[in-house]
Amino acid sequence: METLEQLRDRLLARFPGAEVTLVTNPGAAAQHSLLLGASQAREIACFLRDDPALQLDYCSNVTGIDWPDKEIVETTKTTVPDPAGGPAKVVEQKTKRLQPGYLEAVYHLYSMALKHGPVILRLRTANRTDQANVPSLTPVWRGCEFQEREAFDLFGIVFTGHPDLRRILMWDEFKDFPMRKDYVEPDDYEWEPTPHGGVLEKAAKHYPVAATPPADTPPAPPAPEGKQP
Amino acid sequence: MSDVPSAHPDSASGSAAPALVSDQEREELRRQGILLTKMEDLYNWGRSNSVWPLNFGLACCAIEMIAASMARFDISRFGSEVYRPSPRQADLLIVSGTVTKKMAPQVIRLWNQMPEPKYCIAMGACAISGGPFKQGYNVLKGIDRFIPVDIYIPGCPPRPEALLNGLIALQEKIRGQHLTGPNAPRHLRADDRCEYPVPEFGAHDLEPPANPEVFQPPTIVRTEK
Repeated sequence: METLEQLRDRLLARFPGAEVTLVTNPGAAAQHSLLLGASQAREIACFLRDDPALQLDYCSNVTGIDWPDKEIVETTKTTVPDPAGGPAKVVEQKTKRLQPGYLEAVYHLYSMALKHGPVILRLRTANRTDQANVPSLTPVWRGCEFQEREAFDLFGIVFTGHPDLRRILMWDEFKDFPMRKDYVEPDDYEWEPTPHGGVLEKAAKHYPVAATPPADTPPAPPAPEGKQP
Repeated sequence: MSDVPSAHPDSASGSAAPALVSDQEREELRRQGILLTKMEDLYNWGRSNSVWPLNFGLACCAIEMIAASMARFDISRFGSEVYRPSPRQADLLIVSGTVTKKMAPQVIRLWNQMPEPKYCIAMGACAISGGPFKQGYNVLKGIDRFIPVDIYIPGCPPRPEALLNGLIALQEKIRGQHLTGPNAPRHLRADDRCEYPVPEFGAHDLEPPANPEVFQPPTIVRTEK
């Protein structure tokens, strides 16, 4: 199979004006992907499915990614020459900018006919709140239906053109999106014998440390380090 | 009829009046072909040896429950092989697996549809407390938040022998119940509670998230710094 760079160039030649960007994965997996613009995503998907050299006829996986708002600090170094003739000073300027968050739908495509893949597609929403739309690829690959519903249910990505976009795992009355980074779970904590991390914080909130142990509870066992509470 | 159990220690100590016939005398009479027993013992003996479970599974624990009902482990040795497909005919609800919040109202509805006397076994870590999925957004932290549980079987999943052990423990519990008094089965008590409220699907969680009449979170006082 051709490389993703070749595929991107072929797509750009075939669909003039389309947005196709190669997103590289710097990790060890090096699974690079193609970021498609929303306007021509479905035409490109149809092309990937029907092109005789590709025949990506099988969409194995659809998932979502939440990219929350991110504050990026950029440091610019400017060299200021010293008027007295000494060594030049380096002045650092820090500028903060807020990169708005967005949601992504990721598709993993394989070819059953030609036995190659995966080709990974990404679709990106404009933001995380009121414009969380991407075009649905269910009309292209029928098997995306339930997985796009799952991404809608857990991430809140609205797939326009989906034939039956309802919640699939949570109940219909549910309002939150549990797989988003800023999801706040209901506060129904109860004591767990091994609290750690976020559980420990909840334990401290729900069961505050008593100043003096009450009389009816047995005294705490001595700590192994020898320090008494 | 020779395997009618002798008086349970609980039932002997629970009644105020002294026993008219000692166990030894009853055994002597039985050898002579005379069966002497109590209505209570006979009733509980019959009930405890025909505990019919509901044919209902939720997750991987259900596979172990099915294994326990098959020939190798053979739950019919204990009179519980008649898995009933209808809650109207079942005596025992085995909550075998993870109870999601979406499934919880249906489980409670099934429990409400079962006639008294009925018993509940929470099988496995998930049914007891949520287990490995306890912090999941859609997992109920134990079915005992909504329905009273008689026997807890730990394990992930418990082996079929553990389920059989839990069933035997339940049979002992049934044999220890009285026809009157506070240790009577629910349907013989005045404070009969056959209906348990079914939670609604809320915007963020089940409403209410627990039934306060059945479940109270543990009170723990932390003393460590």
